[in-house]
Parts: sequence; structure tokens; C-alpha cells
Amino acid sequence: MKTCLVVDDSSVIRKVARRILEGLDFKIEEAEDGEQALTACKRQLPEAILLDWNMPKMDGFEFLRMLRRMPGGDGPKVVFCTTENDVAHIARALHAGANEYIMKPFDKEIVEAKFQEVGLI
Amino acid sequence: MTPHDFDYLRKLLRERSGLVLSAEKQYLAESRLVPVARRHSIATLGDLVGKLRSGENSSLATDVVEAMATNETFFFRDKVPFEHFTQTVMPALIAARAREKHIRIWCTAASTGQEPYSLAMAIRGMNAALAGFRIEIVATDISAEVLARAKAGIYSQFEVQRGLPIQLLVRFFSQVGETWQIAPEIRDMVQFRSLNLLKDFSPLGTFDMVFCRNVLIYFDQETKIDVLNRIARQMPEQSFLALGAAETVVGLTDAFKPMTDRRGLYIPNAAKRVTPPSNILKFALKA
Repeated sequence: MKTCLVVDDSSVIRKVARRILEGLDFKIEEAEDGEQALTACKRQLPEAILLDWNMPKMDGFEFLRMLRRMPGGDGPKVVFCTTENDVAHIARALHAGANEYIMKPFDKEIVEAKFQEVGLI
Repeated sequence: MTPHDFDYLRKLLRERSGLVLSAEKQYLAESRLVPVARRHSIATLGDLVGKLRSGENSSLATDVVEAMATNETFFFRDKVPFEHFTQTVMPALIAARAREKHIRIWCTAASTGQEPYSLAMAIRGMNAALAGFRIEIVATDISAEVLARAKAGIYSQFEVQRGLPIQLLVRFFSQVGETWQIAPEIRDMVQFRSLNLLKDFSPLGTFDMVFCRNVLIYFDQETKIDVLNRIARQMPEQSFLALGAAETVVGLTDAFKPMTDRRGLYIPNAAKRVTPPSNILKFALKA
């Protein structure tokens, strides 16, 4: 079973994402911000990361840059999931090493399509 | 709607569009036709069927057929057919049409345009291999309403997130408020035309690749056979047909044969070609 780290400061979003991803046979870990996510990744790298952009302490963009510099940090497939729904943010995310990008609001079909796109399903 | 009204509706749909509505789909008809009745200021679905019977309003029958057609689609739907297209079909056609340098592709039920635009984007990604080639994509649909949407090439945030890789969104779309519009360079690669597959489509000419996915499933056996055989007449040797995952030619016609290891992809059966393409036949008759 693949592991997905869901990183979002909203407990509601984490709950919705958990329900969708567990339905797609993922084991879920949760983090409330970039710092917690980085700690989780240092402990064990997941196969997938569903990543919010705007979060307290460390935002998703900064987390991604640090993740990609870690040993083995190029392994996890990172799918942004954010309300930053403009081309400039998408381009920045891709440039920093994101694999896919979900614009909120999202549903199961979108998550499934994006995870398929990057070969996680 | 009485069972009698529903029977009349089923007959009308079958005759006008080939759509087969099974007896248990009355709920579907009712849910889709209430907005049509409202648009035409008709009080009940019984009255709507009454007006259809009287034939006094021809646009009503068109709107009913359009409302009952299934327009479910998304970019790069099912993924595999597009991999077949770029990895198998196009390399074969580039070699086979090296002299003419002209390839024609037909999407038979284009709906709101995601399938032909996906093909256009895939073709853009093959630019080097296609240098000097002229590629035509003809996209048809029975519904004028969905074709108007397809031509505009404007999609909701939800629509661009179903099947479209983010890199292609950034490369080929521009953001217009809450929506996303496909780039003119992609839009201009597709010609949209209104077409009922039950009618003669030979004037469209011949095609090297025909996408007829998730169309036949709505037709009865007789219509499936007729449509497949007429498509075969529009296809030269060394051409390809793509059907949906739940569709096949097996047991319907021997005008095509399945390609080994390429599920959903078919090629004309050279041994069974008895009729020349109808446009060639027309030309011969004229001469």
C-alpha cells in the first residue's frame, strides 16, 4: 500500500482528502504545515504528497524546495492542492519540482485523475 | 409522462438520432426533458410529447434529441487511446503518407471538444516528426449546442482538471476569469461540423484515423453495423479506427479487425474491402 502525506492547515480539507485517498488505497499521514511535513519526510519519505500552498510556519512552496534538496527528496510525487489558481503560481510550483497541481475546490474525480497522471494509481 | 408517451419518445429518438433508450430509462428522460419543456414554455412532459406528435414545432424535436444525447467527456479520456495515437497510429501514418504529407482525423462525436483538442495538443507535441505534414482534425456532433461550446474552447476549472496534465494547461490555455480558454493555435487545428451519424457522411471525405468512442453503445445492433460499415467506406488502407473500451466490431462487421495488443484500436480488413470509398464511387459515377 502506498503512503500519501496530506499537508494542509485545514482539518476539514485533510479529512476530505483522507477519505478520498483511502478510497484509492493509500495509507494516509497528515501534517498541518510545511515544518511538520518536513519532519514527517525526514522520518520516512512517502510515495505521494498532497500539498497546500498557504500554511503557517512554512508554506507549501518552501517545503517543496527543501524536500527536493533532501537525500531521496526527488522521490515523492508532489501534487499541489491549493486556492492559488493562477498560471503564475502553477508555473512556480512546476519549476520548483511539483508533479501536478489541483486547483481547489476539488473532488474525488480530480484527485484520482491527477494521481493517475503522475503514475501513482 | 404516460408509458404511451415514453414509447413515442423512444421511437422518435431512435428514428432521429439512433439513440436507444431502454424501457427503464424513463426517469432519465424526465429529468433531462423538464428543462426543455420549461425553455419552450410547456407545462408538462405530457404536453411536450403532444407537441412532438403534432410536429408543429420542429426545433422542439431537435432540442429533445440534444437533451437526451450524452455529452460526458474530458481531456485525454481513458489515456490509452491517446498513447496508441501518438505511439502507434501517428508513426504508422507518417510513414504511410510520406508522399502525400496529409493526414485527416475524424472525431465522430466531439461533444464539447475535449477529444479533438486533446488530439490537437498531442499533435503539437510531435512537431518535429510532422514537419511538412498537413494535419486536419474534423470534429462532428449531432448537438449544435455542444458544438458551439466546443468552438469557443472555454472550460471550467473542473473540466480542465479532468485528464489534462498541468503542463498542457499552462502551455495551451489562458485564464479568463474563472474559466480557461484553449489557445487559438490549438483551436484553429480543429474544424467543427454538425452531423447526425444516421445520415450520409460521405461528403466529409476519407479519414486516416477515426475516433468513434463511446458512441456505438447508445445505438441498437442494426445501427451499429450500418454506422461501422459506412465509416469503413470512408477509410483508405493503412488507416485506424478507435472505439470505446466497452465497444467492439466483433460480431458486428468484418470491415475492421482488432489490432493485436492495442485494445480499442482497429484497422480496415483488407480482405473484406468490397466497396470503394463512397466519394471515390461518386467520382467514378460522375465520370
